[in-house]
Amino acid sequence: MTIGEVRTLLDARVLCGEEMLEQTVLSACGSDMMSDVLAFVKEQSVLLTGLVNPQVIRTAEMMDMRCVVFVRGKMPDEAMLALARSHDMAVLTTPLRMYTACGRLYEAGLKGEDLS
Amino acid sequence: MTGAPAPEGRRSEALKERYIVDGDDFQAAGSASSAMKKLLRSLGVPPEAIRRAAICMYEGEINMVIHANGGEAEVAFDGETITMTLADSGPGIPDPELALREGWSTATDAIRDLGFGAGMGLPNMKRNSDEMTIDSTAGQGTTITMTVRV
Repeated sequence: MTIGEVRTLLDARVLCGEEMLEQTVLSACGSDMMSDVLAFVKEQSVLLTGLVNPQVIRTAEMMDMRCVVFVRGKMPDEAMLALARSHDMAVLTTPLRMYTACGRLYEAGLKGEDLS
Repeated sequence: MTGAPAPEGRRSEALKERYIVDGDDFQAAGSASSAMKKLLRSLGVPPEAIRRAAICMYEGEINMVIHANGGEAEVAFDGETITMTLADSGPGIPDPELALREGWSTATDAIRDLGFGAGMGLPNMKRNSDEMTIDSTAGQGTTITMTVRV
């Protein structure tokens, strides 16, 4: 699935990283706890979250993620977007709630991580 | 920062960098980890090793900011091993064994509201490093040393 398809499925708005919409992402995770993202996520390239602070972008950076989606209509500030841009990360915002947003992506084939 | 930066691509040359972690600025937390990541990438270190080191360093950096009012981080790379030393003058960890249990945390609700403090930091640092030692004295501070082999 491409980041552009993520945008369409989530009725999302692209806040930065327009040039990355053709990039492919293979899996996703959703969490408001960055501690858990750092501890449990391995290869996900999309992070869905309702938390808004710069550490969301930092966490995604450390995990080599390509795309952050803010759910529930949350809006990052310009400093967060600048940080995302500096790490070639696409940032989207969707009015959908977390459960629905994750459900739409999962249903369309973007899976989470297998427990092993 | 101390030590002369190594020329790009020369992995055999020992390298040491020092970063100050500002304890008053949660917004800026992670900047040392970000700088380390960039440095390791410029040295040609494999992405998986960089990711493991970045997670270790970032968890440590966040801990220093939320628990210890900041500190210093030193990163050394000898071509085979990344060694990260994080030192603070905070309250110390009274029982490191307990602190290594997943879910155990002294973080406040305010810290949890920021997305951290789930009691996963130290266990995650241990999991992502090849070796980790905690040297802590109550009331004096903590030094955590972690290595990641490339």
